[in-house]
Amino acid sequence: MTIAVKIKNLSVTLSGDVKALKDISMELPVGRSIGFIGPSGAGKTTLIRSIVGRLKPTAGSIEVLGLPAGDAKLRDQLSYMTQELSVYPDLTVKENLRYFAIMMGHTKDTNTIIEEVLNEVDMIDKADSLVKNLSGGQKQRVSLSVALIGSPRLMVLDEPTIGLDPVLRESLWKLFNKLKTRGTTLLISSHSMDEAERCDDLILIRSGKVIAHGSPSELKKQTGTKTIEESFLSLVGGEPE
Amino acid sequence: MSPSKTFATASRVLRQLSHDPRTVALLFVVPPVLLTIMKYVFEGEPQVFNGIAPMLLGIFPMVMMFLITSIVTLRERTTGTLDRLMTMPMTKLDFIFGYALAFSFLGLCQAFISGGVMLGLLNVTVLGGAIPTIIAVVFAAFLGTSLGLFLSAFATSEFQAIQFMPAFIFPQLLTCGLFIARDQMAKPLQWFADVMPLTYSVDAMKQVTLHASWTNELTRDLIIVASFGIAALVLGSVTIRRQEK
Repeated sequence: MTIAVKIKNLSVTLSGDVKALKDISMELPVGRSIGFIGPSGAGKTTLIRSIVGRLKPTAGSIEVLGLPAGDAKLRDQLSYMTQELSVYPDLTVKENLRYFAIMMGHTKDTNTIIEEVLNEVDMIDKADSLVKNLSGGQKQRVSLSVALIGSPRLMVLDEPTIGLDPVLRESLWKLFNKLKTRGTTLLISSHSMDEAERCDDLILIRSGKVIAHGSPSELKKQTGTKTIEESFLSLVGGEPE
Repeated sequence: MSPSKTFATASRVLRQLSHDPRTVALLFVVPPVLLTIMKYVFEGEPQVFNGIAPMLLGIFPMVMMFLITSIVTLRERTTGTLDRLMTMPMTKLDFIFGYALAFSFLGLCQAFISGGVMLGLLNVTVLGGAIPTIIAVVFAAFLGTSLGLFLSAFATSEFQAIQFMPAFIFPQLLTCGLFIARDQMAKPLQWFADVMPLTYSVDAMKQVTLHASWTNELTRDLIIVASFGIAALVLGSVTIRRQEK
C-alpha cells in the first residue's frame, strides 16, 4: 500500500492563538476517497490548507506524495478546490479553464483539456456563459472542473458538494469513483454525515483532534450504530463541544 | 517566471474588464470629459489651462489604475482565486507582472484617447510632441498599477481599498506641483513632495510641455517613476505568500 499523505504530530496554531489542530497523525493510502468529516469549525479547512501547502505547520510534519507539503514539485501533481468558489465570476467558463490550464503548464491542447473537464462535470453547454450568471450548483461544478485539469494525482476538495441537489451529488460521486480507479487520491471535506457514507475511509475531526479513523462500516461496527451520524454522536458521547 | 504565464495573466485581467463594458467606458470617457470641463473652467485664462492639462493627463491614469488594481487584486485575495493559483506551478512574478502589463496597456489606450482629445480638440500645445507625452502617461499608469497592487495587501475590504485613494493619493496630488509651483510650498511639504512618486510623474509631463527636445530631467523623472513602480511591485510580491504562518 502506497501512502499519499503522511501526517506526523501535526499542530497548527492560527493567528489569535487559536489552536486549530492539536497533534494529529495519520497515513492516507493512494487511490482512495478519504473524507474529513466533522462539524464546522472542527479544523477541516486548516488541515486541508496545511496539506496543500498554503499553511505552515506550527509543529509536526506533512508528507504529500513523498515530498514535504508545499514543495514546488507538488504543484502540478495536486489540485485544490477551496471552499470559496475560486474562479473568476466575470469570465466565461471556458476563459476560466483556459487561464488555469495555462497556469498548470498546459499551453498546447488547451481546448481538448477544457472539453474533457467540462464533459466530466456535464457543463459543456455552459462553456460560453459568464460564471456570475450561473446557478450556485453550476458555479460549484466549474470550480471542480478547474481541479480536474491535468489529471492530478491528489485532489483536495473542500466541501465540493455543498449546496448541490441529490441527483448532481450522485453524478459527482460517480465521477470521484471513476477518478479513483485511475489511481487518483481524493481528500474530501464535508460537514454532512450522509456524504460520509460514500467515502472509502473517514477521518472524524472534532475541536482540532482526530476522534476516529476507519471505513464507514468499521466505524459503525466499532460503535454499534447504524449510521455515521450515530457513530459520531456515540464517539463524542453526545456532549456538546 | 514564464512569459506565457505572464501574458496569460495579463490577457485574463483584460478579458475580465472586457466583460464589464461600463467600467471600460468610464475609464476612457471620464478623463477627456474632465479635461474638456477644465478647459471651460479656465476660459478666461487659456495659458493656465495649457499648463495644467498635460499634468492632469499624467494624473488620471495613475489615479484610475490605482483604484481598479487595488480592488481587482483585493478580490483575488478574498475570493479564493489567489489561494488556488498559489498551489499551481506559477510564480508570484507571473501574477504581478501580468497585472502590471494589463493595466499599463490600458493606460496606453487611455493616453491615446485623452491625449488625442487634448492635443487635437482642446488645442493644448505640448512642445515635446505626442510621443513623449504618451510615454510619460504609460509610466504614470504603470506606477498607479504597482501602488494599487502593493497597497491592496493592506486592505481587508473594498471599502478600505477605496479609502486608500484619499489617504495615499490625495496628499501627493496636493503637493505634486499641480496647484502651485513646489518651491512656493512650506519647506516640510517640499521635502514630502521630493520623496513621493506622483511628483515625478507630474514633473515629467511639465518637461514634455515646456521643452521641445527630450531633456535630462525628463529621463530622470521617468527613471524615478519606473523605480517607484518596480519597488512597489517587488514589495507587492512579498505581500503575496505561498505559505502562510
